[in-house]
Amino acid sequence: MSKRLGTRVVRKEDPALLSGRGRYADDLPVPAGTLHAHVIRSPHPHADIVSIDATAALAMEGVWAVITGVDIKKISDPFLVALKSPIHQWSLAVDRVRFAGEPVALVVAENRYLAEDAAEAVAIEYTPREAAIDPVEACKKSSPLLHAEAKTNEISVRTFRYGDTKCAFETADKVIKLTVDFHRLSFTPMECFVAVASHNPADDSYDCMANFQGPFSTHPVMARALRVPGPKMRLRIPPDSGGSFGIKLSVFPYVVLTALAAKITGRTVKWVEDRAEHLLAASTGPNRVTEIEAAVTKDGKILGLRMDQLEDYGAFLRAPMPGPLYRMHGAITGGYDIANIDVTNRVVLTNKMPASLIRGFGGPQLYLALERMVQRIAIELGLEHLDVIRRNLVQPEKFPYRAAAGGLYDSGDYPRAVETAVGDGRLDYLKKRRDEAREAGRKYGIGFAVVVEPAMSNMGYLSTLLTPETREKAGPKNGATSMVTVNVDPLGAVSVTADVTVQGQGHETVLSQIVADRLGLQPGDIDVTLEMDTAKDQWSIAAGTYSCRFTPGTAVAAHMAAGQLADKLKRIAAKQLNVMAADVELADGKIRSISNPDNALPFGRVAGTSHWSPVMLPDGMVPALSETGVWNPPELEPPSSDDRINTSLTYGFVFDMCGIEIDPVTYQVKVDRYTSMHDAGKILNPLIADGQMRGAFAQGIACALYEEFVTNEEGAFLTGTFADYLVPTVSEVPPVEMLHIESPSPFTPLGAKGLAEGNCMSVPACIANAIADALGVKDVRLPATPRRIHALMASNGGVR
Amino acid sequence: MRRVNKDEKSRISLTLNGRKMAAEAEPRMLLSDFLRHSLGATGTHVGCEHGVCGCCTVQIDGTAVRSCLTLAMQAEGRDVKTVESLAGPNGRLNTLQQAFQKHHALQCGFCTPGILMSFTDFLSRNPKPTEEELREVLSGHICRCTGYAGIMAALKEAVGIS
Amino acid sequence: MKPRPFDYARPDTIDEAVALLAERGDEARILAGGQSLMAMMNLRLADPSMLIDIARIAELGHIRDLGDTIEVGAAVTQNRLLAWPDLTAKLPLLAAALPFVGHFQTRNKGTVCGSIAHADPSSEIPLSLATLEGSVVLRSTGGERVVAAKDFQIDMMTTARRGDEMITAVRFPVHTGRGVAFREVARRHGDFAIIAIAAVIEGKDFAQIGIGGMAGKPLVQRIVMKELKSEIEALATGFEDYEDLHASAALRRDILRNLAPLVLAEAQACAA
Repeated sequence: MSKRLGTRVVRKEDPALLSGRGRYADDLPVPAGTLHAHVIRSPHPHADIVSIDATAALAMEGVWAVITGVDIKKISDPFLVALKSPIHQWSLAVDRVRFAGEPVALVVAENRYLAEDAAEAVAIEYTPREAAIDPVEACKKSSPLLHAEAKTNEISVRTFRYGDTKCAFETADKVIKLTVDFHRLSFTPMECFVAVASHNPADDSYDCMANFQGPFSTHPVMARALRVPGPKMRLRIPPDSGGSFGIKLSVFPYVVLTALAAKITGRTVKWVEDRAEHLLAASTGPNRVTEIEAAVTKDGKILGLRMDQLEDYGAFLRAPMPGPLYRMHGAITGGYDIANIDVTNRVVLTNKMPASLIRGFGGPQLYLALERMVQRIAIELGLEHLDVIRRNLVQPEKFPYRAAAGGLYDSGDYPRAVETAVGDGRLDYLKKRRDEAREAGRKYGIGFAVVVEPAMSNMGYLSTLLTPETREKAGPKNGATSMVTVNVDPLGAVSVTADVTVQGQGHETVLSQIVADRLGLQPGDIDVTLEMDTAKDQWSIAAGTYSCRFTPGTAVAAHMAAGQLADKLKRIAAKQLNVMAADVELADGKIRSISNPDNALPFGRVAGTSHWSPVMLPDGMVPALSETGVWNPPELEPPSSDDRINTSLTYGFVFDMCGIEIDPVTYQVKVDRYTSMHDAGKILNPLIADGQMRGAFAQGIACALYEEFVTNEEGAFLTGTFADYLVPTVSEVPPVEMLHIESPSPFTPLGAKGLAEGNCMSVPACIANAIADALGVKDVRLPATPRRIHALMASNGGVR
Repeated sequence: MRRVNKDEKSRISLTLNGRKMAAEAEPRMLLSDFLRHSLGATGTHVGCEHGVCGCCTVQIDGTAVRSCLTLAMQAEGRDVKTVESLAGPNGRLNTLQQAFQKHHALQCGFCTPGILMSFTDFLSRNPKPTEEELREVLSGHICRCTGYAGIMAALKEAVGIS
Repeated sequence: MKPRPFDYARPDTIDEAVALLAERGDEARILAGGQSLMAMMNLRLADPSMLIDIARIAELGHIRDLGDTIEVGAAVTQNRLLAWPDLTAKLPLLAAALPFVGHFQTRNKGTVCGSIAHADPSSEIPLSLATLEGSVVLRSTGGERVVAAKDFQIDMMTTARRGDEMITAVRFPVHTGRGVAFREVARRHGDFAIIAIAAVIEGKDFAQIGIGGMAGKPLVQRIVMKELKSEIEALATGFEDYEDLHASAALRRDILRNLAPLVLAEAQACAA
């Protein structure tokens, strides 16, 4: 029977979603009498709360409560953070607000309309304070302080040295410097946050439902804030979610807030975030200022790098921040063989929305700096950009390759990927287009970007933030456990649960492919249920869907669970078939002898034996057809005493190449042609993989050309609607040619790597490089809007 | 003249997917909320409530409109159709829905009902559109997952553009 | 994002509607398509105490050929006008401009008169009306008056409509010559324009140009085609700085300099 893994199986998820039968968080039934909450938010970026007067609101019929920071401080604790720094964040502001949009009070009423009316009747007096907005300014002593007890806004500084960077810079032919700014944006899932909670005073337990995405390391953070042990904070995650892209981690403070509201009111409380709230205050990717210096030989070999990365996390450090600053750490040298690098990582807080998880998670920031630098090296040395790339790529014979900062790159053939992409006349075509355009006086540029795409994070990477001495005391942190359970019922029906949250990636389909192949069944025979219930499902701190952990992680656990089950079924069947277990296979819905396929039993019959007739089982076999696969790869070790860390299990490769033109009338950057080469190892479902890459590409375009959260100097937020925060429509997303080579990962039994984040990382860098080429400029700020392009041209010799 | 005071609930009846239905609501009740929470038709999704994203698109008397910018009162007595009306009685997907599945035109599926309702209207008026016209109608929707490639492929197949 | 409470009325006739306006004045708002008003109400940026839903008033549903003008009633949606069989022949500028108005889905409900009443400075329909020198028909219990487009829109979202008046129709002058063009620049397809330009060729030597998005209301000017370059330069430098998140004043001026000759050339080519 042909295997289904690796084929374009259409999605099992689709019929329900196409018929309006999805079960998203706001669709699920709630108990009669459920109350609805609305959050009152700070209009100020930084202010003291003088008074909150809810008298008029509470007098309105149908209003149950107006809850403030004073109320929740009595019954909850601040959220745990990764950094030992005196930064206290509760689910509502206590005494002071630190960003425009920060929750200040919660109105609980019989319906949402009424709750919004009552919110307008709450009188809140503030004393505004000066705000720290710019990350560089915020580090200065003269800056307003966000958290007085921390004594500084720059709450973490760590320097890492790998190799002999000093020597590299001393012996270099040239040192090249660049400052790169990366902006704030979000990928704004179409479904906003939803949280529903009830409280049982009999045992002080909470029952919560939210469209949370994980990681479940955040569950203890919520439970601790609620002052209950984990099992007393049951968290259920609905079967469908309207997208996440990292953002829905940040529903967690609202899970706690609705839980507290349920305790205070004695009713189930439901909160549905609206779009204005989402844009203002839900979450953002962090902005970063990178000072990067390269020591190079005159033929373009990079001998060493120095990087100073200042990352702005907004008003609070939200668990598990500062992830983006450390998630890429082991792979900080990207696709290049660079032995010497010094890195300083700095975390700063400012009076802006807190930053958190977002697709790409540190990759876009890193690669914009690194890839802009590679282009600058070419310009300053008078070389071709592509030749500088070629000169520095990690060579295929070096795999598995240990990168300077500790990343263990599993497999790849970077030169082949690059040469395949530029071949077949693709680069020649772009050069011809560029020549023609320039001949006609138009601005045309070619860009390249090289990206190493990590997947399945080592949960210990964040501890690199701590000094080796502190880590020593705290004990080693590593690993990333994935768990999947496969059950077979008495009639042979197969069901699967897994430690992922659904966000639209098609996990149900791919898990059914994996399990079907192992059990000799069809994907249609496998029922996969991915709604999560922390009280009943298997999960670890790594559970959830983020950082491409499905393919190298959960998919492997499913492969293992189904394999364990297959082995058990073979042994049961061997006894009944009267053959050795080694001679048994599962195929075509049967369990049969390999040497004599006619000697066969239906799958369901063997399954029934375990349920109904344990007496017929082989000696010593435990009954029950339920197997959990647990996957925790050995390559994910804790950080070493010299700060080297293998941050992820697999490392894919992306090489992008594009031609762009500046529209001479509108100053809009127009993508003329875009090619993206991927090596993600084995592809489990090409249809779904293609969808993931095209989705990431569109978000890369959004980041490069359209989307930005804008806060002015005073801290006012200017992009509060979808008319100001510009999400590309079909008209703004150019076509892309996707190419593949396959270097299977030796570190996972399926050989598959992550692939859903690479284009979020590569596209901004590639387009920035093309703009730099088109305009002959050094500093390219993203998103490259007509306004910015026009200003760049005006300062660089004229706009017309 | 129909006239309702602001805090007065009145009975609003309409035809939803061929069935006459009614519920009580204040004049300010948005049609999106009325469909989802009063009539139980949760297939229509709410994405922005200011008319940009298109998730909430439904048909009133066959015409695709944003239900978040429509009062339930405005749909009173009208024929409203939502995504739940598209599949056959046995759950069989129609041509457009099948094309969406085949071409992986949805991931999270949250924007999909609105897109289907837009095109069900548009294609009934323009059964043989150009690719450009399809793109123009699709530009009234935001999808964050797919990058639109699968959606365009599905639409093109559904109208016979190869 | 839920609107504040309001009274709702759905009159059957214009007389009933204007009687309600006489009763409630400025506090009441006309609801036709609601594509701008409802968004503002959901954001609680507008809070009328009453909405007067005129979408079902039969006498407002007409597109009437009055010979030298076409009258479009207040309940006519943008897509209905776009689908009007005589549009290209009688109102070619509208045929060019209407596809830029929002999206298919919002044009299905948004009305022609609603866009005029809303008076956004970068809107296509007010710009077209101004360029064609059309007029707006207003009705109150005191009777009807007709206001020229140039006198109707005063500034950003401000018009000459009194609180007790409603727009019952707009009148677009018939332009049978084919020399028209309309183009706009927006960040995304369907967004409010950074700048929109309408052009109508008048005889061999002149053109009427209308510019939206550069000021609080459309600017309409008759220009001499021979002096095209200097006329456009004068227009570009003549505007006061008009700046927002998406476009600086300098960018707006340069787009105007780049785009206006193209629009005029297109209109001329179309006339030939």
